[in-house]
This record gives sequence, structure tokens and C-alpha cells, in this order.
Amino acid sequence: METAVHARDAVERVGDRPVPTTPGISLPFALVVQRVLRPKRIWYSLAVWLEATPWAYATFTALEKLVKGKLFGCRMCAQCALPSTAYACPMTCPKQLRNGPCGGVAANGDCEVYPGVRCVWVVAYERAAGAGHTADLRRLQRPIDNREWGKSSWVNYWQHRDAGLWTADASFAAAPPIEQR
Amino acid sequence: MIPAGSRLRDALREHRFAVTAELSPPRGADAEAIRKAARELHDWVDAANVTDNQGAMVRLASWAGSVIALAEDVEPVMQLQCRDRNRMALQSDLLGAAALGITNVLLLTGDHQKFGDHPEARGVFDLDSVQLLWMARTMRDSGKLLSGKTLKPPPVWLIGGVENPFAPPLAFRAERLGKKIAAGAEFVQTQYVFDVTRFKAWMQASRELGLTQRCGVLAGVGPIRSLRALERMQQIPGIVIAPAVEQRLRGVPEDRVLAESITICAEIITELREIPDLAGVHVMAFGAEHLVPEIVERAGLGRRAHARVNEHVG
Repeated sequence: METAVHARDAVERVGDRPVPTTPGISLPFALVVQRVLRPKRIWYSLAVWLEATPWAYATFTALEKLVKGKLFGCRMCAQCALPSTAYACPMTCPKQLRNGPCGGVAANGDCEVYPGVRCVWVVAYERAAGAGHTADLRRLQRPIDNREWGKSSWVNYWQHRDAGLWTADASFAAAPPIEQR
Repeated sequence: MIPAGSRLRDALREHRFAVTAELSPPRGADAEAIRKAARELHDWVDAANVTDNQGAMVRLASWAGSVIALAEDVEPVMQLQCRDRNRMALQSDLLGAAALGITNVLLLTGDHQKFGDHPEARGVFDLDSVQLLWMARTMRDSGKLLSGKTLKPPPVWLIGGVENPFAPPLAFRAERLGKKIAAGAEFVQTQYVFDVTRFKAWMQASRELGLTQRCGVLAGVGPIRSLRALERMQQIPGIVIAPAVEQRLRGVPEDRVLAESITICAEIITELREIPDLAGVHVMAFGAEHLVPEIVERAGLGRRAHARVNEHVG
């Protein structure tokens, strides 16, 4: 029976196929880590050096994949939505929905594609609600750039390339025209 | 180009209680099946949704079904989903729809391929439904593709989406409607309503967010044609059939199930009409369009009085 698929099992079992993954760390702890990893001059310099140093970039990216794979089921889209989704990765949704759950979520909160596995958006909502962060889920997420798969999202983030991933406004006002990132 | 028909837009704008229905294209190159279904619906709906590989089953294309419906003077709502197309194909299909005089589009993510007749297919899911709505609105209102390239002339259609008030996380469902409206949805059709109390709670939450005033909500309704259909529908993810409805259907002789379910459907519509801000109903009688007139009539909604939509088509 597929109950409570852990991030590690999911990644090892199905490779690249998205399987909803409940994060391995709590939201409050993730927010502490977020504060440490927030873009700063030191991280920016590191990111620039990593991109200029192929062996270091490859090592760093492999490490990122390992850590985020175990914790979040990360598939390395390199455009990390985690800070806006209570650290439940929407790319582990079988439909890769970045803007919220589909209409097929089972009455018990399970994914329609993987009965016995919690919908990642149900998990995101519960985590966000528990920490007063539901407004984050209201932001509109722009389409991702598919050329970025396999790259380091941290290196992108530290160089401010994630700036346009989602809208700032959480009020449901008409969004500005969509643009490709 | 001025869109050929705009009955649905007019009905929503004038706050007439709108009626739409589902028109399912056949599995086969059969235009006559669509013509026949369109004729059944003609007098009773403001517009008809032409579904797009619904249930992840391959059927005749929704754009083609829409053109055939137009020729029968039925205003189409062309459904378009993200499972089968990347962002480039979605944009070209949207442009094609506008050029063919299709005045309404309904944009959705699509059922997962696992549930259909090609479970081994690759699901595309390059965009999600919110991003697709947002892209369509930008194409129309800003005259731009996702790439930023200019469209001459920009397409014109009424943009719709879907929502399921009955699937978890329930507390997020009104907010998800809000995201779709912020992205560009001007109307939404919902999953089947069998639990009016739960639906009212979702409408209330949406109203409090100021959403029902900005977007026409059409409640999904439909008959359950047999006990077998009941059991099949109970298996479909996202459909919640209230116990009271099941009890009524199981409480009548087998040959009375259809009649009872039409009665229930008409009663639900009558109850829904009392909800403030509800813009209309969307009748889903999958492959049984001939049932729609009786349902609409028994709910007291009457025939639609409309001018021809397709004067300059074909």
C-alpha cells in the first residue's frame, strides 16, 4: 500500500515522475533556514563563483539535488516555488500545478492519481494555515522556463533570477499582463 | 473581427439566469452526432460547452465540434486543456478559435491521463489552468503572445474557467476562484452540485472576497441516468454525491431512476436560483443532450429567445 510516501522513497522509486511529497521539515524550521539562505552579498558572490567554476557548480548542484530531493521531493526545475507554498513542492503534483490544487482531490485529501498519498496542495494549505501564511498561496505563479531544468535554483535565487516567479499582490486584483520569464 | 455570437456574454451582463450545457463530441469522425445534439440544445441554452478530450478520452477536437455547433446556430464554449498541449499549441488553438468565430473559451488543466483511454501517454502540463487563463487574457487585452510578440489583430472571446467547491482543501476553494479571476476568468462553471448547503457556503465565502460580483458563477448540475451511472460517478475524483440524493435514487424501482434523477436535478436548480449572485446553471448530461430540455423546463427556466449567432459564418 502506498501510504505516506516519504520524499526519499518517492524520488528513489519513480525517478523523475512527480509524486506528491510531504516536506520532511516543518514550516517554522524552513522559515529559519530561509532567513539564512536569503540573497545577500556573500551568497551572490558564491553563486557567481560557482557559475564560473564548472566542477564546483556540478558538485554544488548534486548536493542541492540530494538535500532538496530528500526534504521536498525536489525534481530540480531550478525555479523554486517553495517559499510561496509553505515549502510543499508543487512540482511533485502529477499535473505540476503551481497555482493550487486541481478539482480531483479526494474527499480525504488524497491525490487523485496516487490514492493513499496526500495531495501536495492540501499539505501546503494546512501548513500555511497553521502558520498564518495562507496569503502566500494567493499569489499568481508565472509559467516556468523549461530550459532551467537540472540547474541550481539556489544559484538562480542568489542572483535574483527568481524575482518574477510570482506576483507580489495577494488581493485577487486583476493581475498585470503575463510575461515569459 | 467582431465575434459572431455573444449570447452568454449578454446573459451574464444583463443578469439573466444563464443556462449552458455540455455537448460531448463523438468518438469518431461524425459531424452528424454533434449536429443532432446541438439541435436538441438549441432552444434551451445560451451556449454549449464543446468538451476537449473529456475524461482523458480521445474524441473529435473541441474546435471542430465548436464550428459544427455554430453552423447549427448554437453558441459554443470551446473547452481547451493543458494536458495535451504546450504553451505554443495552446496559443495557436486560441487564435484559431477566435478566427473561426468561437466567442467563448473555457480553459482548464484537464483530467490526468491515468483516467483515460491512453494512460500510457505523456501528460504535457506545461502551463496550469491559472496560467492559461492569464495568458489568454493577455493575448486578448494586451494583444501579446507569452513571448511578447504582437498579435494583429488580437483575438476576442469571453474567457471562462472551472472550479470545484467540493474538493479539499475546502477553505482554499474560494481563494482559488479569486486567483482565476485575477488571472482573467469572466465566468466559471462548477463541478456537479448535489450538496446545495456546501455550495452555498462556497458562494458566501466567494461573495465575501468580492468575487461573485466580478465573475459569473454557473453551478454544475445534471441527471444520474441509472444506478450504474451513480456508481460510476462516485468513482470519479472530485464528484461528491450527497447521501440524500443516493437514497432517493436507490429508493425507486430501477426503471424510475432516470425520472427521479431528472426531478432531483430540477429541484436542485430551483433551489440554486435562490442564491444571490448566482449567474446560472451548467447542465451536464454526458452523451444525453436530449434530456436537457426537460430538465430546464421543469426547473421553470423556459426557452431562450435568441437571434441567430452564425449569420456571417460559412
